[in-house]
Amino acid sequence: MKKYEIKGNKPTRHGFGEGLAELGERYDNVVVLGTDVTGSVLTSFFKEKFPDRFFSIGIAEQNATTIAAGLALSGKIPFFASYSAFTAFRNSDMLRISVAYNNANVKIGGGHSGITVGPDGATHQALEEISFMRTLPNMTVVVPADYEEAKKATIAIGEMVGPAFIRFGRSPVPMFTEKGSHFELGKANVLTEGNDVAIIACGIMVWQSILAAEELYKHKGIKARVINCHTIKPIDVHTIVDAANECGAIVTAEEHQVYGGLGGAVAEVTAKNCPVPIEFVGVRDTFGGSGEPDELMEKFGLTWREIYASALLAIERRDTNSKSYFNIKDVAHYNV
Amino acid sequence: MAINIKFSEKTFQNKRREPSEYAEIALELRRDVIKSLYLAKSGHSGGSLGTADIFSVLYFGGIMRYRPEEPYWKERDRFVLSAGHLAPILYATLARAGYLEPSELSTLRKYNSRLQGHPGIDHHLPGLETSSGSLGQGISIAVGMAMSDKYLDKTDRRVFCLTGDGELQEGICWEAAMCAGHYKLDNLCWIVDSNDCQIDGRVRDVMSIYPLADKFRAFNFEVVEIDGHNYEEIQSAFDKFIDYHTHNNGKPFVIIANTFMGKGVSFMHDSYKWHGNPPNEEQAIKALEELGEIVELL
Ligand SMILES: Cc1ncc(C[n+]2csc(CCOP(=O)(O)OP(=O)(O)O)c2C)c(N)n1
Repeated sequence: MKKYEIKGNKPTRHGFGEGLAELGERYDNVVVLGTDVTGSVLTSFFKEKFPDRFFSIGIAEQNATTIAAGLALSGKIPFFASYSAFTAFRNSDMLRISVAYNNANVKIGGGHSGITVGPDGATHQALEEISFMRTLPNMTVVVPADYEEAKKATIAIGEMVGPAFIRFGRSPVPMFTEKGSHFELGKANVLTEGNDVAIIACGIMVWQSILAAEELYKHKGIKARVINCHTIKPIDVHTIVDAANECGAIVTAEEHQVYGGLGGAVAEVTAKNCPVPIEFVGVRDTFGGSGEPDELMEKFGLTWREIYASALLAIERRDTNSKSYFNIKDVAHYNV
Repeated sequence: MAINIKFSEKTFQNKRREPSEYAEIALELRRDVIKSLYLAKSGHSGGSLGTADIFSVLYFGGIMRYRPEEPYWKERDRFVLSAGHLAPILYATLARAGYLEPSELSTLRKYNSRLQGHPGIDHHLPGLETSSGSLGQGISIAVGMAMSDKYLDKTDRRVFCLTGDGELQEGICWEAAMCAGHYKLDNLCWIVDSNDCQIDGRVRDVMSIYPLADKFRAFNFEVVEIDGHNYEEIQSAFDKFIDYHTHNNGKPFVIIANTFMGKGVSFMHDSYKWHGNPPNEEQAIKALEELGEIVELL
């Protein structure tokens, strides 16, 4: 099995900030709006380099969203970012009408996302944005796995035409993708070869999936196909259908509610094309809470262990052709 | 080096006081803020220190009516912390009022603590009326509470709500203001922590909200502007609100409290850099010393 090594830890927000500054170099119609958290979501890198193309809007995410639409309708490529809790939800009507319906070329950064924002607690732990964002017509949705990928993804959404949302985090996470590796919006990357079970993940759960695959091989001889599905919309139907057909069992993993996010998107694809058992790893219909990121990953079931247990369960469901495991066995109690 | 952080067991009564009596309470609250944030290793020092004097008068000066031993007392006045990031000062206040043991302040921002990073009603902290943390929503919730008290329950309960000044950049604040004026919510007392600081810099530079008093007047508010560190001014502003409410003057009340971020700790004074940071060990020692406590080194 292909080995992946950690080359240090860095938050994905650094990738976003640096990618945005690079876009500023390349295109002089890239503009950025600040919403009083520029040092947190690192739009500050752009601001320092291109002060003339940076506008402070204040703590006003709704206004920033519609102003961005106005700028886009005037031929600019506006980016704005805040915490995901406020760039996906506070402004959701504005996103739907002014951005998505207008098909305005607005790029939205959702920072400090997920449970790993840590001690700030539930109000700041957005766990529902993938779900909401991917239901908006015209919207592209990207959830990069690490620093390098966040940088590539930021540049990619800047270079495409149309509204796009990129989700990234606050805490340092393992860097394992290569600077030179291929990144294409809408095209998932197969990270490990295997036909026993497919693990389809996004964001920081991709690294946990690699760890789970290593453990599955070590302890059970199971070869898992790990797929980094960084683009949730448009979803990579081919890669998912191939995985379903060739593995016959799927686990999805995301730092997000189990409803409506990556898991939901994968289930829509397989239900239509090639139904196979799927187990969903994510936050189970609950709000988050204060704590340290690692501690919360454990408490809310977002580690390789849940992926490992879910893989065994998905395989068992496939092999016993059971249609009724739902509600009978709870993954949380499955013996690892 | 490590330091021994201890929370005193002192509680304070809620009663009419001489202005000079608040200094001791405010010092205790500020020490609690420093200690709990030092232990939490993250959180918002600046605004929590800056509003300590207002909290001292509001909760311990016989202004708000509440019963710590009966947190859901039907006739209590309610307080809404719209600036949810200032949770540390609210928690310290609730502890010193007797809603919880002061020692629990050491659990701020920890897993499963009732003292969530931003107030979370799901953790059942007595004395907490609503979750908050998404700026601007608290004041609108407070308007809803005041409407319920005035028009539906027809009680003489009052609603107090504290917002930041950067927070006023959120459009919902002005939607709430319009509604408060329209419905003549003279049972609503809105306190603005006017420190001209927010995360990215001075409020006047990030997105100016000025002139402020005129804006509120235009929304039919009774406006009082005070020095938010002067106990006499704070007390008489609240007195005025209570007097107006008692006489049904038909106008919502706003106190624009001019404060300094980080007040009480010299190196945090009036510095927006301290909006969202906790003190480290060295800083905690120095801050506590300035606040009258010599910490024990372990
Ligand atoms: C809707 C929303 N947007 C952004 C934030 C992030 N945030 C927390 S506090 C803050 C600045 C608040 O400034 P101010 O109201 O002046 O409070 P102070 O800095 O004086 O504590 C921001 C932008 C938030 N909590 N809610």
